[in-house]
Amino acid sequence: MEAFKQHTGKVVPYDMPNVDTDQIIPARFLKKIDRVGFGELLFNDVRYNADGSPKEDFVLNQEKYAGGSVLVSGPQFGIGSSREHAPWAIQQYGFKVVIAPSFGDIFRSNCFQNGLLPVQLSERDVQTLIARAQELSDYQVTVDLETQEVHDSVGFSAKFEVDSFRRDCLLRGLDDIGLTLEKISAIDAFEKAHA
Amino acid sequence: MAPKTMFEKMWDSHVVSDEPGKPSLLYVDLHLVHEITSAQAFDGLRMNHRTVRRPDKTVVVADHNVPTKDRDKPLEDEIAKTQLDALAQNTSEFGLNYFDMFSEKQGIVHVIGPEQGWTRPGMIIVCGDSHTSTHGAMGAMAFGIGTSEVEHVLATQCIWQAKPKTMEIRVEGTLAPGVTAKDVALGIVGKIGTSGGIGHAIEYTGSVFRDMSMEGRMTVCNLSIEAGARSGMVAPDEKTYEYLKGREQCPTGADWDAAVEEWKKLPTDEGAKFDTLLEIPASDIVPFVTWGTNPGQVAPITGRVPKPEDYENSQDQFAVEKALKYMGLQGGERIQDIMIDTIFVGSCTNSRIEDLRAAAAVVKGKQKAPSVRALIVPGSWLVKQQAEKEGLDKIFLDAGMEWRDAGCSMCLAMNPDRLAPGERSASTSNRNFEGRQGPGGRTHLVSPAMAAAAAIAGHFVDIRDWS
Ligand code: SF4
Repeated sequence: MEAFKQHTGKVVPYDMPNVDTDQIIPARFLKKIDRVGFGELLFNDVRYNADGSPKEDFVLNQEKYAGGSVLVSGPQFGIGSSREHAPWAIQQYGFKVVIAPSFGDIFRSNCFQNGLLPVQLSERDVQTLIARAQELSDYQVTVDLETQEVHDSVGFSAKFEVDSFRRDCLLRGLDDIGLTLEKISAIDAFEKAHA
Repeated sequence: MAPKTMFEKMWDSHVVSDEPGKPSLLYVDLHLVHEITSAQAFDGLRMNHRTVRRPDKTVVVADHNVPTKDRDKPLEDEIAKTQLDALAQNTSEFGLNYFDMFSEKQGIVHVIGPEQGWTRPGMIIVCGDSHTSTHGAMGAMAFGIGTSEVEHVLATQCIWQAKPKTMEIRVEGTLAPGVTAKDVALGIVGKIGTSGGIGHAIEYTGSVFRDMSMEGRMTVCNLSIEAGARSGMVAPDEKTYEYLKGREQCPTGADWDAAVEEWKKLPTDEGAKFDTLLEIPASDIVPFVTWGTNPGQVAPITGRVPKPEDYENSQDQFAVEKALKYMGLQGGERIQDIMIDTIFVGSCTNSRIEDLRAAAAVVKGKQKAPSVRALIVPGSWLVKQQAEKEGLDKIFLDAGMEWRDAGCSMCLAMNPDRLAPGERSASTSNRNFEGRQGPGGRTHLVSPAMAAAAAIAGHFVDIRDWS
């Protein structure tokens, strides 16, 4: 996994509550057996018309937000199905950070597993970011995992909480399995005691 | 010793490693695997030259994208075929228990686990599927994980977990006739919303759950995830032991007796504290129907579809407006006046024998409305066989309904069973998200009896008035 320390990038505002993982990537696209090619399918059903042409009013199709790497959305982002294809799709599209007032539990852990940073900010802060992204052109924020802070160049700044263990793993780019295998003797002992 | 909740007992007895400031490393007793969330995990193992640590604690089944008819014919869907071939290849390479779609023991992963006795009280169970919470009905701690975690459990038989908070949901009283476990679950999600349980492990307590069948408890635990909780559980009792006794994977003889003695220590101690308590009287539970695009958007069968102006806060108004637009509803119409095109009885929520019996009891001797398509999809081959032994298949077929083979089917529409754009369904499954049952499809979640009645009437009806 790639380490994550700090990221500065353009904000893409998707002002929508309850964005479930079925919306992020519909089930019929989960039949692939590799981990690539999900970026084009991100938000497929709200992003494209039936004939495959882009829907003009959808945020990812607006010129203004091209090249965005910080997705900002409404409460309960990523609820529903456990599919890890959801963070894969978001990441492969080019996002490094997702900011929302709250997240689905499984989605949040899946993000950490892939080095995609889920940042929880207050509803008010999220609305501020969304409004600025809509009003200003090329609106960028910096997300700093070391200082646990999001800020822009026009006076916005907010702290965020993140599980200290997950933070540490991300900062160091550590993969979970390697970490666990260091505990192999504890696992052996547990199995012996419970055999 | 301080009194403990059932959740705490299970948690504490599975900790392999605990360090301050870190999640706990927990031991996994049973890992269930299916075709959709595993291929990339097996690839990861191969790439890193790792093996599966405990093939004996790993059970694999094909359920999500398998066709529910004409299985003897070659698969039409090339990509699904690739995925199933990959699963077969992976399970043989890593030496795992695998039930392919021709196996007598195949079925939806959350149906076959309890059915074959893989799932037992006191276990920690994980699966790359959010409805793993279902297994909590057996008095287990069961939760969904992502693909990276699937790889992790395959390699280590352990999982890192931050300890959730605990929530008790107590429903006391007696359910009225016609009111089912599904209505209890929809009532709960309707009350606390899809985020009410985030970060919590739920335990369901009270006379309603004590009186409920094991199938009913599975339905309730299944929908825990729709309230945002990763797991839901019911304390094991005599009903649990009776359900499990004699199942293929369960211990026998003296081992069985010893196991039951252990299981009896699991229930929450008198005086143990939960972080949150929610009490709902059984009299508040009526037959419910979802009208919107998340499982929290429910209305009683006697009610009306809400209008945006019924809500105060502008975000709620927006959410309702958006849901109504997708669902092709105006707001304000009577639930019972909503006409439906399709019914789906199936999914890990409601596809067990009791669910099929409930649907069949409503259908018996009647005909489905001519314009309605009705799909009855048993949760497993064993359920299907049992239903056929009882003649339920005849009842459905005589009513003009389709009787299919076991799988997830129209619950998530990965196989050919799906709604057309704009098509409206009464479904016994668990998610009414936009596009869940096919792009543009409109889903109303209900109990099996309510779905069956809707098929016959062509619109929703109050099952309490059915004759
Ligand atoms: S029946 Fe539906 S919810 Fe259950 S495992 Fe299958 S797809 Fe998931």
